[in-house]
Amino acid sequence: MWYHRPVITAELLQTLPNLKIVASSGMGIDHLDLDLLSSYGVKLSNTPFVVSTDTADLGMALMLACSRRLVEGYQMAVSPDTEYFPSDWLGSEVSGMTLGIVGMGTTGYKVAQRAKAFEMKILYHNRHQRNKEEESAVGATYCKKIDDLLQQSDFVLLSVSLTPQTHKLIGKRELELMKPTATLINISRGLAVDQDALVEALQNKIIKAAGLDVTYPEPLPRDHPLLKLKNVLITPHIGGATKKTHRLMMENMVESIQASLAGLPVPNEVL
Amino acid sequence: MGGGELPGLLVNEIGGIHGILYLITMKEFIENRKHMSKKIQAIYLWWHKPVIDQELLQSLPNLKVIANSGVGMDHLDLKLIASFGVKMANCPHAVSTSTADTGMALLLASARRLVEGYHIVISSCMEYCEASFLGAEVTGATLGIIGMGSIGYKIALRAKAFEMNILYHNRTRRKEQEEQAVGATYCEKIDDLLRQADFVMVVVSLTPQTHKLIGKREMELMKPTATLINISRGAVVDQEALVTALQTGVIRAAALDVTYPEPLPRDHTLLKLKNVIITPHLGIRTDKAAYMITEEAVENILAALNGLPIPNEVLPS
Repeated sequence: MWYHRPVITAELLQTLPNLKIVASSGMGIDHLDLDLLSSYGVKLSNTPFVVSTDTADLGMALMLACSRRLVEGYQMAVSPDTEYFPSDWLGSEVSGMTLGIVGMGTTGYKVAQRAKAFEMKILYHNRHQRNKEEESAVGATYCKKIDDLLQQSDFVLLSVSLTPQTHKLIGKRELELMKPTATLINISRGLAVDQDALVEALQNKIIKAAGLDVTYPEPLPRDHPLLKLKNVLITPHIGGATKKTHRLMMENMVESIQASLAGLPVPNEVL
Repeated sequence: MGGGELPGLLVNEIGGIHGILYLITMKEFIENRKHMSKKIQAIYLWWHKPVIDQELLQSLPNLKVIANSGVGMDHLDLKLIASFGVKMANCPHAVSTSTADTGMALLLASARRLVEGYHIVISSCMEYCEASFLGAEVTGATLGIIGMGSIGYKIALRAKAFEMNILYHNRTRRKEQEEQAVGATYCEKIDDLLRQADFVMVVVSLTPQTHKLIGKREMELMKPTATLINISRGAVVDQEALVTALQTGVIRAAALDVTYPEPLPRDHTLLKLKNVIITPHLGIRTDKAAYMITEEAVENILAALNGLPIPNEVLPS
């Protein structure tokens, strides 16, 4: 299964009596009905860790591009109307600012490791607190209440998995708790954010900007307001999109498939 | 509003220093040369303006110092200025962090094809093949830093967190502890760096020695999968050679925060190439950097006016 296709339905499963395993590329499994699969005795595997590094890199790329207004700058640099670059055209600094990571799993932690080198102050919110060594290695402070993180951060980065608990985790209330100078970066799933509330927040300057690698749906309808806002940078879900990672994902998937067909324990099995 | 007691500071336009210096804009000066010329003891350059030439220097008998708002001094004739007994200063500390961040921003944006990706998202065409849109990996790749001054070193610190393999080429080798702190390997010959790097980051100051430092020969030594990132000065890269290299696949891509001239003529080929990101000299364009630069410049100016050692004096050697 690559990029969530083919779609797994009861109908499809009924027509494949000898199906043993569905190997899904990437980390997320929110597009699959786990109960349905297990009722047909079909195993499921994903490729959870392979994408985490590239996704963390993309999170940093979005943060830097948003705050330094890279895409706007590019457009100015190449526009046929540009005669000079105005001296008061400025972005905002990344180094030394406060980054709030919501979801400190493998990907979130890798973001923290990178952000530390930019001398960023790192706060994080997670289901469980990480241990002391892990926290001090990246200089991260735990915020048991997400509100504390939202109120202090210059950048709020979402790297949660999509579950019923994280659905619309960032909504109107959360956006209003954020600083008006803050930027929201989403590298998890579009549905972790209340998109309509986000549009309103951006239009009314409740927050400054957003960098989204994921939306709901993907792609967005062509007339969606998010596509028109100047302070939004959207990328087409390229978190794990590098040659090396795609090859590694494929290798992992083949490994899982071969193991299941041989009746052996399946690496990266999702239970 | 005569500012009789305060030393006169000539600026291109008004920007925000007051209370200790009397600001005079170029416009005011030109309209009132006779009255203003003796008052001016310092000039504050913002984006290379006002232009410092023989004529201006001759008309300012009491000029003591020219403070530049960035770190590059290539737009100034240092010998000419010194010949008038005028001191010069730049702002090396205020710029280094912002410029290092810019270098990393460009590296990541180019590698992961951010600008292309954004344009796909907002385009009116809904059909595109997700699975074939691939970028180059950053983590674990080899970064070659050409010019390991303060900015180059800050880039190395950041790149290390991305587990990049760091090579560097510099006029002088850094101390062992400095190398070890960022895991950087010295390449005495630039060729060795060029052959191995996946990303070549140019962070030198523009001097007669670094003019067209990266030309046809250097680009041909680079890997065909490599990316060139320039955050120093446009003239450090042979732009015509770069166009050819990008068009013929000699290198994969380029990200340029600086060009020659800035901005480029609107019909320049570089503006049309798909594998080039050009940004409008973002280096120090942040609110924080602008503030720190002005602080640093004022420090330099006040030191000069009070006959004290200038913190960031630049000598004409």
